[in-house]
Amino acid sequence: MTDMMDMTTSPTVGDRIVHKRFPAINRHRLALYCGASGDHNPIHVDIDFAKASGFPDVFTHGMLVMGYLGQALSDAVPPGRIRSFSTRFAAITQLGAEITCEGQVTELIEAGGERRARLALTARDQTGEIKLAGEAIVAV
Amino acid sequence: MVDQSAVGRRFTPVTAHVEAGRLRYFLDTLGETNPVYRDAAAAKAEGFAAPPIPPTYLFCLEMLDNEKPFEFLEALEIDLGRVLHGEQSFTYHAPVMVGDSLTFSPQVTSVTDKKGGAMTLIGVETTVTNQHGVHVADTTRTIVVRNG
Repeated sequence: MTDMMDMTTSPTVGDRIVHKRFPAINRHRLALYCGASGDHNPIHVDIDFAKASGFPDVFTHGMLVMGYLGQALSDAVPPGRIRSFSTRFAAITQLGAEITCEGQVTELIEAGGERRARLALTARDQTGEIKLAGEAIVAV
Repeated sequence: MVDQSAVGRRFTPVTAHVEAGRLRYFLDTLGETNPVYRDAAAAKAEGFAAPPIPPTYLFCLEMLDNEKPFEFLEALEIDLGRVLHGEQSFTYHAPVMVGDSLTFSPQVTSVTDKKGGAMTLIGVETTVTNQHGVHVADTTRTIVVRNG
């Protein structure tokens, strides 16, 4: 595994360019995200609603975790160079999850008249379970 | 249960405003400290006329300024407590910055039953244009509906 690097030098396949850990997600964070994102689905903040819907407790907005992954991505790649960003929500992210985001270069391509890199991205909790798996295409 | 008749259905376009204060609240919530998203000078140094939005914020804008953020679920008679987010993607064509007004135009593009009808996956694609008519982004999401 190669060391962390930034996108100002030319990346090669296998480079780990994204890595960031985030603090444990608590109820307060979910309440803040509810207001900040406009996603007022009560399943993320109202335990009574969550239980009535068959869940043991409220759980994290997938888009909060994708927000973390986006933050880890744009720490490594200036936002003006990000061409696309996509994720699959592989598992529900529970309260208390400590998310680690990682990404590495999997392919170098030419598209849109520029040189681009494809990055494979993951967000895992503290047990190593993949919560989000995705990719980004960035100009290099 | 949602069926194929939903495919092609469009919903009311939403116009959303990229406001600095609201964006700061989002950044603070995520613990995002990158100055490019907060500071005009830092944004200019990276070639933006004003601070750009972070990669997932388009999804928020569509809900923040929507008079009926769950119109799509209500129209298809889907219970909010039965939906999960399956996939999300963003394709960025041009910068989106503080001060922009965006128009989101969503359309249902697919309805797929899974696990013998226990789940239905609904694909929604949204085109995003700015106040100058520039097509700045496309977003797609897959909503998972638990039917059981």
